[in-house]
Amino acid sequence: MRTRPVGDRAVLAEVGSPDEAAALAAWLRASGLAADDVVPAARSVLLDGVDPGPATALLAAWPGGTAVRTRRTVEVPVTYDGPDLGLVADRWSVPAEEVVDRHTSLTFTSAFCGFAPGFAYLTGLPEEWWLPRLDDPRPRVPAGAVAIAGEWCGVYPTASPGGWLLLGRTDATLWDPTAEEPALLAPGTQVRFVPA
Amino acid sequence: MVSAGTLTTVQDRGRVGWAHLGVPRAGALDAPAAALANRLVGNPPDAAVLETVLGGLALRNAGPGRWAALTGASTAPTFWWAAGGELRVPVPTYGLRSYVAVAGGIDVDPVLGSRSTDTLAWVGPPRVVDGTSLPLGEPTGAPRPLDVPPARREGALRVLPGPRADWFASLAPLFGSEWVVRPDSDRIGLRLDGPALERVGAGELPSEGMVLGAVQVPPSGRPIVFLADHPPTGGYPVVGVVHPDDLWRCAQVRPGERVRFRGVSTR
Repeated sequence: MRTRPVGDRAVLAEVGSPDEAAALAAWLRASGLAADDVVPAARSVLLDGVDPGPATALLAAWPGGTAVRTRRTVEVPVTYDGPDLGLVADRWSVPAEEVVDRHTSLTFTSAFCGFAPGFAYLTGLPEEWWLPRLDDPRPRVPAGAVAIAGEWCGVYPTASPGGWLLLGRTDATLWDPTAEEPALLAPGTQVRFVPA
Repeated sequence: MVSAGTLTTVQDRGRVGWAHLGVPRAGALDAPAAALANRLVGNPPDAAVLETVLGGLALRNAGPGRWAALTGASTAPTFWWAAGGELRVPVPTYGLRSYVAVAGGIDVDPVLGSRSTDTLAWVGPPRVVDGTSLPLGEPTGAPRPLDVPPARREGALRVLPGPRADWFASLAPLFGSEWVVRPDSDRIGLRLDGPALERVGAGELPSEGMVLGAVQVPPSGRPIVFLADHPPTGGYPVVGVVHPDDLWRCAQVRPGERVRFRGVSTR
């Protein structure tokens, strides 16, 4: 693992994969590290509001790996009627029903949140199924849209512009700032999609 | 609220600790000015104030009289704001953002532990518009009209080391140039115009966590200093981090004004 300075009150730790980032972030939180925030991302974890010396020493003690003692598994009911379902079926060279079967057969892991409050980047899509995002992003993707792009699967918590391929939609509440756990798919959460 | 002016929001010290869920920190951009306003009226440091850009904000006191203070760009030390009285923020001669503190604080419902409005994802209370009515809390302390605020430091903005300086051929243009504040600067970032910083290679940076004060360089090569409403993660390289004690100036420089940067290794 390589660490990089971010001013004098934060450290960026580089890791090899989103799953490693999620595992490191969970390990750091469990370690009782005094920090303003621990922010996992695609290939890194930011330790913000820390004393860089002790934080770097703690990072050196990380055993590595991708195991997350998952707090919970969440099932997300999906109506598979997304406008890009046919496009994904074409690219995967399978019928649309097979796209649904594949998507519901996988177990995803929330690696990190970003882009919007509660928007989780989910890993677990096999590499041979990765597809590029749309060349022209949609000006408005509705809240609850279930989508894939590149190595990721995600669910839009609120309506926003977006270029991911839309498979379907869910009525699940992805983001509720008044809830004890505001993000349904907080980092480390395991996620399964089921037909609504 | 008689008139909301250009942009008025409720702000406190921000919503720290939720970046991992994609929530910007928000909070007063000129934090020392907001803290001074709270001290002047006897509020605790975490009380919410109003942040307003330039002038035009006009407020009517619909309740009993209160102590109030105005700090930042336009200033008025502690004064008694009588019942029914109107408070107007004049257009400042220098600076951009002013803070109105009222004894008891602005008592809107907190969201994730803060009353701040974040203008990126709109977490927190909605922006203040004409006709908005804002509740006030119970005053808890006596006003302290005599205060010695910390000196306001001028000169180049100090920049601490960042994680991705090695993405650029040289940081000499950053530290050797005058940067003009762009008009699209806002609570998310101070956007600057000047000589483009040149990247060493191509390639894309996987999205990574961003800190307050990060000097991020998008493909244009022109830096953005991330302010309180910055996105919690971003995909452009960060070459440095503006010293926390210099961030208030990023809140007060106007479009068209110039800033310089100076590299420092530590605080």
